[in-house]
Amino acid sequence: MSVDTGQPVAEAVGGDDNSARGRRRLAKQGDPRDGRPSRRSARGLTTLFSRHWYAWAMIAPVVLVIAVIIGYPLGRGIFLSLTDADESNVSRTIGVNEIPATYQFVGLENYADILGDSVFWDRLGWTALWTVGCVSVTFLIGLTLANMLNRQVKGRSFYRIAMIVPWGIPAFVSVFAWKMLFNEKYGILNKVLDGGGVEGVSWLSDPTWAKLAVIIVNVWLGVPFMIVAMLGALQSIPDELHEAAEMDGANAWQRFVNITLPGVRSVSSTVILLSTIWTFNMFPVIYLLTRGGPGDSTEILVTYAFRLSFVNSPRDFATSAAWGVLILLLLSLFTLIYRRALRKQGEVW
Amino acid sequence: MRTQKRGRAASVGLHTGLLLGTVVALFPPLWLLVTSFKPDSEAFSTALVREFTLSNYDHVLADTHFLDWFGNSLIVVLGTTLIGVFIASTTGYALSRFRFPGMRPLMWVLLITQMFPMAVLIVPLYNTMARLGLLNQPVGLIVTYLTVAVPFCAWMMKGFFDTVPISIDESGRVDGLSPFGTFWRLIMPLAKPGLAVTGFYTFVTAWAEVAYATAFMTGEENLTLAGGLQTFVNRYGADWGSMTAAAVIIAVPAAIVFGFAQRHLVSGMTAGAVKS
Repeated sequence: MSVDTGQPVAEAVGGDDNSARGRRRLAKQGDPRDGRPSRRSARGLTTLFSRHWYAWAMIAPVVLVIAVIIGYPLGRGIFLSLTDADESNVSRTIGVNEIPATYQFVGLENYADILGDSVFWDRLGWTALWTVGCVSVTFLIGLTLANMLNRQVKGRSFYRIAMIVPWGIPAFVSVFAWKMLFNEKYGILNKVLDGGGVEGVSWLSDPTWAKLAVIIVNVWLGVPFMIVAMLGALQSIPDELHEAAEMDGANAWQRFVNITLPGVRSVSSTVILLSTIWTFNMFPVIYLLTRGGPGDSTEILVTYAFRLSFVNSPRDFATSAAWGVLILLLLSLFTLIYRRALRKQGEVW
Repeated sequence: MRTQKRGRAASVGLHTGLLLGTVVALFPPLWLLVTSFKPDSEAFSTALVREFTLSNYDHVLADTHFLDWFGNSLIVVLGTTLIGVFIASTTGYALSRFRFPGMRPLMWVLLITQMFPMAVLIVPLYNTMARLGLLNQPVGLIVTYLTVAVPFCAWMMKGFFDTVPISIDESGRVDGLSPFGTFWRLIMPLAKPGLAVTGFYTFVTAWAEVAYATAFMTGEENLTLAGGLQTFVNRYGADWGSMTAAAVIIAVPAAIVFGFAQRHLVSGMTAGAVKS
């Protein structure tokens, strides 16, 4: 596509010595450890552009999409969170009449209201519990299963494919399947419990059980990713290490603690950070399984913000946006602390 | 080697653990499949299929907007996957091969967009889409999904391109290919496993997205599958039979894509770690 446009521009800007220029560019491109480009060039911006325009052209679509769909709405969202915008005062069109927006700037009032209200802190507490619970259980199960799959077992490839199946099914379909299993009167889980003489559990209508249920489903959905990531990490540990340790008389547990765990550390830290962020913002599981209910007992921050602007009436855009900004702040804070903690232990990424 | 020393007890334990994992992983989707072949009256019986019937599928396909939803989803997902994989690869390639001003900020932005809660974006985005007339339009969803899938994919593609030797680029350049020509004709064909993984990821992400789809698409015939399945629950309160059939049909394309990608998925994500 851009093959033809490539050279002319370079030539036009490049001036007299084309061949030398081409070679220099090639060298630049060829070695990734080349470091930052020198900005001392006399021709400044023009040179910068002629040297990097193809790199910039290649990233342009992504930058554009991110700027339009994330940059602008983010700025707008932060602005909305400082106003009293709701369904009744934003600009809208009714029939042929355009009604202009009448909401006003209220400063940090929304934030003060939210932080002064116990609802936010309740939701935050449950969100923290939900995130820690889901990530730790998912990680432990993933690490255990990956360890088992990393042995030479008969039928290993079958096990491996079977266990990553949940990843291949759309989450909302799986959630419906689980909803059916959890059904209080007819669900198979309660039927089995009944058969065993145990009284059925009101999985989705009792606050405590509902919390457990959403965590179970989220763990089920998250384990396959964990298995694949940890398998990759495990396979990068050289066999010789284990063999040498075995020779020195280390038992299985010692080998696990002293070889396997350090070996999967860097992958683990990235994967845990990612899944913490994903779980913190996990919308579909809770929204589809319980709608945040019973009451608002399983509502995490994200689903509550969604409820404020799309479910509740009147739709409160400003407060919802303020919740969103708070979520973003919390996650940024977490990422900073997490990275700092890692760096202190000598881990860099 | 190590494994030959494993005792019988350890062996049994290992297989028990793996079998347990497999059963838990497979049971919910399998149960869904089984239930979809049962008549409504038996939807919740614990028995396997006693009277095999396709009436659930018949009802879903003939009497509901299911095919509309399916078509809508297909347009959105294919659009997202094609565009997404392409721009993620160009970005990944640029990040892997070139050192250019703005590179580190871009890598940071890609990482940070991962943690953007849709809650902060969804309201302004909804207003923007409304102003641009993109509500209820597949294009609106496609553009939105790109931001969800592309940052992660660009990271992954960068990783894949890093594993392709730079000498290949150099020989292409020596033979007179432009940077884009090198990328398109030499490197892309070599990055097929990476493309399979990112394509799969984008497909699954878009196929399964709920929040934006619920907020942006309204009106029975405009819904995507995620939204459509929800109207099912309200309208057919107890009609689990139809829902299971719909869910199975929805899962099939994802399963097919998954089947194609899964070989690359495991080998791709564990690239360089395969030891024989």
